[in-house]
Amino acid sequence: MTAPSYLDFERPIADLEKKIEELRYVTGGSDINLGEEIHQLEAKNRQLTEQIFANLEPWQIAQVARHPNRPYALDYITAMFTEWDELHGDRHFADDPALVCGVARLDGRAVAVIGHQKGRDTKERVYRNFGSARPEGYRKALRVMKLAEKFHLPVITLIDTAGAYAGISAEERNQSEAIARNLYELSRLRTPVIAAVVGEGGSGGALAVGVADRVLMLQYAIYSVISPEGCASILFKKADRAPEAAAAMRITAPDLLEFGLVDEVLPEPLGGAHRDPAAMAVVLKARLVTLLAELTATEPTQLLAKRYDRLMAYGAFTEKPGPASGRGAKGHGGVAASAG
Amino acid sequence: MSWLDKISGSRLLSEGARRKSVPEGLWIKCSNCQSVLYRAELERTLQVCPKCGTHRVIGARARLEHFLDPEGREEIATGIRATDPLKFKDSRKYTERLEEARRDTDEESALVVMLGQLRSLPLVAVAFEFSFMGGSMGSVVGEKFVRAVNAAIDGGKPLVCFSASGGARMQESLFSLMQMAKTSAALARLAERGLPYISVLTHPTMGGVSASLAMLGDINIAEPNALVGFAGPRVIEQTVRQKLPEGFQRAEFLLEKGAIDMIVDRREMRDRIYRLLTMLTHYEAAPVSKPAA
Repeated sequence: MTAPSYLDFERPIADLEKKIEELRYVTGGSDINLGEEIHQLEAKNRQLTEQIFANLEPWQIAQVARHPNRPYALDYITAMFTEWDELHGDRHFADDPALVCGVARLDGRAVAVIGHQKGRDTKERVYRNFGSARPEGYRKALRVMKLAEKFHLPVITLIDTAGAYAGISAEERNQSEAIARNLYELSRLRTPVIAAVVGEGGSGGALAVGVADRVLMLQYAIYSVISPEGCASILFKKADRAPEAAAAMRITAPDLLEFGLVDEVLPEPLGGAHRDPAAMAVVLKARLVTLLAELTATEPTQLLAKRYDRLMAYGAFTEKPGPASGRGAKGHGGVAASAG
Repeated sequence: MSWLDKISGSRLLSEGARRKSVPEGLWIKCSNCQSVLYRAELERTLQVCPKCGTHRVIGARARLEHFLDPEGREEIATGIRATDPLKFKDSRKYTERLEEARRDTDEESALVVMLGQLRSLPLVAVAFEFSFMGGSMGSVVGEKFVRAVNAAIDGGKPLVCFSASGGARMQESLFSLMQMAKTSAALARLAERGLPYISVLTHPTMGGVSASLAMLGDINIAEPNALVGFAGPRVIEQTVRQKLPEGFQRAEFLLEKGAIDMIVDRREMRDRIYRLLTMLTHYEAAPVSKPAA
């Protein structure tokens, strides 16, 4: 277990927990019984945590989503699945440790799993490229998606990335195409796909494994088109105005649920998923099991038609009736999937 | 007051003053070779410098009007306007930026969709208007692109897209990100019908547009020296903390790295795309009248 790490706004919680810890230490070494006092402080701590977490600003939520102790994909994989076998490499260039792929069983059912993996310590962070995948990562994911389609395995993706890697080599190998191809292929992959944003949903790097029949978001996860820092430096002209950008972009799970851009928000343990990763995994697993039962019972052609209609419904605009603009999208729902 | 002012009166004076503002744009200096060029000539050459061949940014409407045959052009998917679901505000409100963009460009959005013909070959063509908020893709661009795809499917026609975009529109946050998935999904449908999609990447095509509809062409064409990529050069420089190689993310770099099929001069675009499409669609030009669809 990693040492607790507190965010700025958690300072009062940290102080209280330190006090509780000290009392426990004192109690342990002597006959003095401080049980009652510890109990009271713990209750107070719970109350304080509830209070603080009930009123988090979007920027603070972003901090929770990026918390260094937050459970990552491999933590969830270990906790939720059995018989996990990682599948490596894109068969063309390399294996990308920033995006782990494999097969496993969820409650007995064989599934394909794809997830961004940030690193826990410095060494692993460098190895995982901080969870920012390169083109070969997305191409490995696509290979595993195709494998899942071929063998009728549902796909579960765990999204947690600041974004696709922005580097010279990534551009040389066409990062754009790797992402675009996944969007294209996922839209018509003939097997159920469930995406869960468990931490950071960073732009195209997240969406490249995020086109799904159901998109779930953990309570303190974030999902946006650009990082708050990136948005701040471009639109607000200063990177340190990220808190404002985070608020303006409406990156939180409840907001995105309200907009209909994600389907469900899963509650996190008090103080965030990192406070009780096991409990978080139980909640997520239970939901995945239920959804999989539902989606695997849906006939594939219907599943794809629904997925397509969902994608076509994304957007906010007004339309004044013009002579030439027909409602094109509506006319095609479900018709095209003729054998492919 | 001079005698000339007296006899000419204020009306002529004000007209003169107005005319004075015109010459500013009458001559344009090429950013590459510094040649001073006559605006009308640049319009004839489709904003390509006749001296050095530099491809300047061209408006969406001018682009399509040149690309398509003059007869039988029809704009579709009009009247779709951006709303502001996020009530987004940075230093200015998104709604204000939209108003300004509409006023300055005389366009409703950053994408123009037209039905038309290319040397009698019927097709659907779309072009990004870069001067409309950097050609950024929000809900409206996504919807219009999908309608273009649907028009191509309905008519059994090929689709040609000229992209020029900074990427996704930040002011629409996740709505704009989802347009990447929406447009890519529509293109998958077009492909299922066996209809060709030609993507022409023009300067600049970046971010969410590059990483969706623009890189999904059956044939990807770029204009000379166009900047095309996922991350912007400045972002990459900050990430890797080293100087970027000469010509990085330019069309010639993309061709060398295998990202695009070819580089085509804008002045030859019509002929080259026509030639490709006739092969991909097994189209045989009828010398007198075109065959019924």
